[in-house]
Amino acid sequence: MISAPDVVAFTKEEEFEEEAYNEPSLPEEYSVPLFPFANHGANPWSKFSGSKFTKDFILISEFSEQVGPQPLLTIPDDAKVSGTFDLNYFSLRIMSVDYQASFVGHPPGCSYPKLNFVEDSKVVLGDSKEGAFAYVHHLTLYDLEARGFVRPFCMAYISTDEHKIMQQFQELSTEFSKASECLKTGNRKAFANELEKKLKDLDYTRTVLHNETEIQKKANDKGFYTTQAIEKANELASVEKSIIEHQDLLKQIRSYPYRKLKDSDFHPYEPECALDQANASVDQDSTTSNPDDPGETHLYARMPSYTPKLIKAKSAKCFDKKLKTLEELCDVYFFTQTLDQLNQIEKTFRGDVCYLLTNQICKALLKQQSITNFLFEDKSVLDEKPAEKQYSGCQGSNQDTVNTKCLEESPVPKVLISLESYKSSVESVPIKMEQEIEDSQEPEVTEPIAFDQENLEYLDADIKGSISSGESIEVLGTEKSTVVLTKSESQASLPIHPSPQVVRSKAVSRRTISEDSIEVLSLCPSESLIPEDFKASYPSAINEESYADDDCRGIHISPSLNPSNVEEMEGNSEQEKLLPVDSACCIGKESPHFLEPLADLTHKHCDDDGVVSIPPQPYRQVDQGFHVNFTDCSSHDDVSGGLLSYELDPRYLSSREASRISLDEYSDSTSYVSSAASTCSETPSPAHPLSHINERHKKKAGQNALKFIRQYPFAHPAVYSLLSGRTLIVLGEDEAMVKKLVTALSIFVPSCGVYAKPVKHWVTSPLNIMDFQKWKLIGLQRVVSPAGVNMLHSLGRYSRYISILDADSKTLRCPLYKGTLVPRLADHRTQIKRGSTYYMHVQNILTQLCSKAFLYAFCHHLHLPINETETEESIVSRRMNFLKLHLGLVNEDVKVVQYLAELLKLQYVQEPVSGINPMLRFDYVPSFLYKI
Amino acid sequence: MLRWLMGGGREPQGLSEKSSVQSLGEEQIQNPYTELLVLKGHHDIVRFLVQIDDCRFASAGDDGIVFLWNAQTGEKLFELHGHMHKITAIAAFPSSGACEEKNHLILTASADRTVIVWDCNSGREVQKVSCFHSTVKCLTVLQRLDVWLSGGSDLCVWNRKLDLLCKTSHLTDADISALVELPKNCVAAAVGKELIIFRLVVSTEGSEGWDVLEVKRLADHKDNILSLVSVNDLTFVTGSHVGELIVWDALDWISQVCDCSTWDPSFHTVTQKEIKLSQNQHEVSIQHLTSDAECVFAAVGKGIYVYNLQMKRVIACQRTAHDSIVLHIAKLPNRQLVSCSEDGSVRIWELREKQQLPAEPVPTGFLNMWGFGRANKQASQTAKKMQESTSSYSLELIGDLIGHSSAVQMFLYFSELGLVTCSADHLIILWKDGERESRLRSLTLFQKLEQNDDLQLRF
Repeated sequence: MISAPDVVAFTKEEEFEEEAYNEPSLPEEYSVPLFPFANHGANPWSKFSGSKFTKDFILISEFSEQVGPQPLLTIPDDAKVSGTFDLNYFSLRIMSVDYQASFVGHPPGCSYPKLNFVEDSKVVLGDSKEGAFAYVHHLTLYDLEARGFVRPFCMAYISTDEHKIMQQFQELSTEFSKASECLKTGNRKAFANELEKKLKDLDYTRTVLHNETEIQKKANDKGFYTTQAIEKANELASVEKSIIEHQDLLKQIRSYPYRKLKDSDFHPYEPECALDQANASVDQDSTTSNPDDPGETHLYARMPSYTPKLIKAKSAKCFDKKLKTLEELCDVYFFTQTLDQLNQIEKTFRGDVCYLLTNQICKALLKQQSITNFLFEDKSVLDEKPAEKQYSGCQGSNQDTVNTKCLEESPVPKVLISLESYKSSVESVPIKMEQEIEDSQEPEVTEPIAFDQENLEYLDADIKGSISSGESIEVLGTEKSTVVLTKSESQASLPIHPSPQVVRSKAVSRRTISEDSIEVLSLCPSESLIPEDFKASYPSAINEESYADDDCRGIHISPSLNPSNVEEMEGNSEQEKLLPVDSACCIGKESPHFLEPLADLTHKHCDDDGVVSIPPQPYRQVDQGFHVNFTDCSSHDDVSGGLLSYELDPRYLSSREASRISLDEYSDSTSYVSSAASTCSETPSPAHPLSHINERHKKKAGQNALKFIRQYPFAHPAVYSLLSGRTLIVLGEDEAMVKKLVTALSIFVPSCGVYAKPVKHWVTSPLNIMDFQKWKLIGLQRVVSPAGVNMLHSLGRYSRYISILDADSKTLRCPLYKGTLVPRLADHRTQIKRGSTYYMHVQNILTQLCSKAFLYAFCHHLHLPINETETEESIVSRRMNFLKLHLGLVNEDVKVVQYLAELLKLQYVQEPVSGINPMLRFDYVPSFLYKI
Repeated sequence: MLRWLMGGGREPQGLSEKSSVQSLGEEQIQNPYTELLVLKGHHDIVRFLVQIDDCRFASAGDDGIVFLWNAQTGEKLFELHGHMHKITAIAAFPSSGACEEKNHLILTASADRTVIVWDCNSGREVQKVSCFHSTVKCLTVLQRLDVWLSGGSDLCVWNRKLDLLCKTSHLTDADISALVELPKNCVAAAVGKELIIFRLVVSTEGSEGWDVLEVKRLADHKDNILSLVSVNDLTFVTGSHVGELIVWDALDWISQVCDCSTWDPSFHTVTQKEIKLSQNQHEVSIQHLTSDAECVFAAVGKGIYVYNLQMKRVIACQRTAHDSIVLHIAKLPNRQLVSCSEDGSVRIWELREKQQLPAEPVPTGFLNMWGFGRANKQASQTAKKMQESTSSYSLELIGDLIGHSSAVQMFLYFSELGLVTCSADHLIILWKDGERESRLRSLTLFQKLEQNDDLQLRF
């Protein structure tokens, strides 16, 4: 294609230099500066071709307490990916923006360690010098041997395109949250296991020490203690303390709130990932064999093999010099799953941002065309709809499916060590433990379990320091942030119940279920917020995988204190967000709140104490958010300047502005904190495992179709046959060739329902009328035998219903076509060269066609009389008038639109449960034979 | 092998080349059936279709299952299991009294020597009668008397509650193959070659009871009587395997013999003559008869004949209407005739009056022309048409319905709703007027839109 216009654009400039001399040079102001990176062989559309890497990649880094920030791995795991890009340096950059730089260990005023259930933070960071921009997702994992038991990690999506990061922030955040959640789930399990082992060790140590002390006591009956004895006693005391500490940690980790479950994007086990399932099945083979209680048997089988070790005094706090790897930290299964998820993310966000955006817009628009989109669109795109419904409506029904899956897939660690066994000799206060069946409808069972008082104090201490930030993008607020501060103050001014003994402020932060709030947090440790995810619930079993499952119940206790220590305790059910329970109702009886329906809770937030305890809520109108503003988007010239409508949506501005204020002042010049205010559920998630397969399929089909329309001069009547619902039979001896043709032509076949396209790739048996009713495109084997004659006979018999494309002799027998629509669709002189492009071209025209069909089908007066006196003839003439004049259809094109309209009507009218086959419509029109 | 493809002809060649059956091009302007719905359910040949009411029909066949269908939507309403063997007869028993609530019953007789009464509204078996000595081959409902008759080796009379009212003695020579109701509480039964007239008389014992008396045996037919149809209160017609068609006076069947003499001799005799020539009785056997007020339509072999009762002669015919034996014909209200055949096709004919009457029929030529079994020898179709024009009317093919892959056993005409055909290929096809269906769908669409309030929402 010499004449192709794009040749010029790619021609090296030197070749034109001579000519350029002759021409009068342009005035300075009109001349376009040369593309600065042209020498690097990059295309002019790549904005940051100065960067040291070409493709986006995902980097996982750790802030190691020994060596500082260090990169751990990249996805794709290939040295070429990062090129000369300095991962170490970049790790330093991204790790340094973690504002939640976890406060851990012993908080002031408390001698016991505790865990922070720190939410992930999500920030965007840019380094213009490096030409790298990153979405950075920070998370912390627990490690018994680490300082403060936490290991900060971060996952970063690094791209050269700033706009890509900014515009795909929401999607990135959603996807990375899934990955992070998966990691953390695994980590909690591993951590709990580790703690249990440690407790066994300590228990054993205590027994040994105790025995030794007893022996010593017996040995000297002089009435005074030897230094040795005192030492032993001290040691014993420290072990006791250590036991308590670890016991508490175990409780804390087990009490990990299941709030997450309700999160729309929490899917540690991606049901789509076939790979994962394979992994899982391999992983879980041993456990699934016993369906009753897989976890228990699994763990019991393994645990007895662990022999407790004697722990030297002081060794409890010692650090191993070798820190655990990420894989060790979070269970191989979960680790591989996370990697899969990250790989998936990498695949999903591969490519130019324009492409991603177009895809998303396209999908969003398609969703709007709920009436017509079944005709020509991919099932995968449409299938997403129910999937997303699941995501958004995750509170209820979806849970079950996920849960059952989870149950199958992962062993459920049960409590192996009874809490009772750790009961120390310290005076214990009986507290009530409410064992609640997760389904809050069921009656609760109470079960008294003794706890030592100190545990309760941990509780308070824990409450103080832990901060939760929900799923939201946190605006990094400090004391200085003014806008922010008012909010944080409002949170800090929550009712304080002074207790006579300890002055502890307890702020009840009741949150709504929505995680999308933009929150501004103050990090002052003194202002303790009770995070919703830290609940005073102590499940006796870690059942992270069986959240709402009734079989595995978590035990919640609402610890009641002795009257002197009047404190308000929060009893939370896992289903509900921080439900405050009065101390009065906490003592002695089950909290009735558990039984309350969720709907009421949302109201409760505000009126409970008369205190604004809800963080500002952005509008949750995401349902409309994306597509309603599409016109805005399209009018926006700069594609990369923010096409996503939620950015343009004025409704979001208020919240965004708030964030910008703080952003401008306090964030460093390159780091952005974006407030994506929508739940991710509605925004079309580009991550669809099928999408890649489909992409390939589309490309192939497009290519074949392109070949077909170039090769066969009678492509038009063939396509017309398909579009008008006349079954096209591709007849041939060679299966591969027939299948190829069928694939090519299948892109023109309108679907009859929401199921698969009515395409049968290969049939060897004679056809009957049912086949034409069911299939609109059939690949048929030509048999040279008496049976074959029979088959041909039947084809001849049914010739009025079918068009026959003979792939061997290259003939086509079908009705005449003289319209104008198909030539546009299948122009054999088309300049389109790529399969996927052609596919899109076809989709484009077919979508136009669909809209015509929609108009035609849904115009009342075209089908029904305006008044009673009107005759059928006048309606018919009006109808034809409309088709020809308004829709501009010529000749046979009318039939195409009529057929599509008929399909639309059927689809719309159809009862969802009716199993009736679509009828076969046909015309009595003559067929003609086309030859090459 | 590829001739059908390469030839590029406009006709379904596979069939038309074998014989000289009149064929229609692919353009069938008058054929309203442009939509079809295949109803699947049966596992064997579907032989019977019976209309229950305006929009329901039942189908039955060799698999012993009875299906109830909705003729509009093609929805399968009920699947009635009860018979062990193939079904030999089916009849609808409409509710009689106006005061009664509408309970539609259907009766089915099977080769397992049972008759089952089904309730069409609930799809349940109402009662099963299994006291027959032989297979019941025909069922007739005498609506007037609110009784039904079953015919096998004897004739039984039953009332609605399935009490056996009376029965005839065992018929030795043959079983009753067809029954037709005649005036004056009489019934004509075809028993082999004989036509037996029975009369129902009120029994002496009770008010409810009936007695059945054999009144007359008519042995005019020389071969088995295949079809029996009542034209009006005054006439009924029988057709036999060798092509005899006899018109009887329904009131006074004794004088019927005389009537037979007035019966068009050419038709009668020529058939017999030709039999001797061709020895192919199938070619002339009268498979089915139907009639309207003035004409009798006979499916004779592969052809269709129209006999006018007034003129007492065949007014129109189509000797090779199908490639194979015509199994069923029916007259539609709009001068149309539908026939179905073993060749798997259904054809729609129109009875048209000829504008100019050609030359008066010459007896000898007439004989020649009416020769049965010669159709295949006639090469030119147009020539044949010219010959046919001697009758004042002609049967014009206006459309054919091709869908079944095997013999079409029967069809039912549901006026507006379409046409239902059943076939040996186990399928039932519902043929519909595409235009009308499209209109109906539009109507439903807008009703649904209104219902859903989508009109406001979307536009």
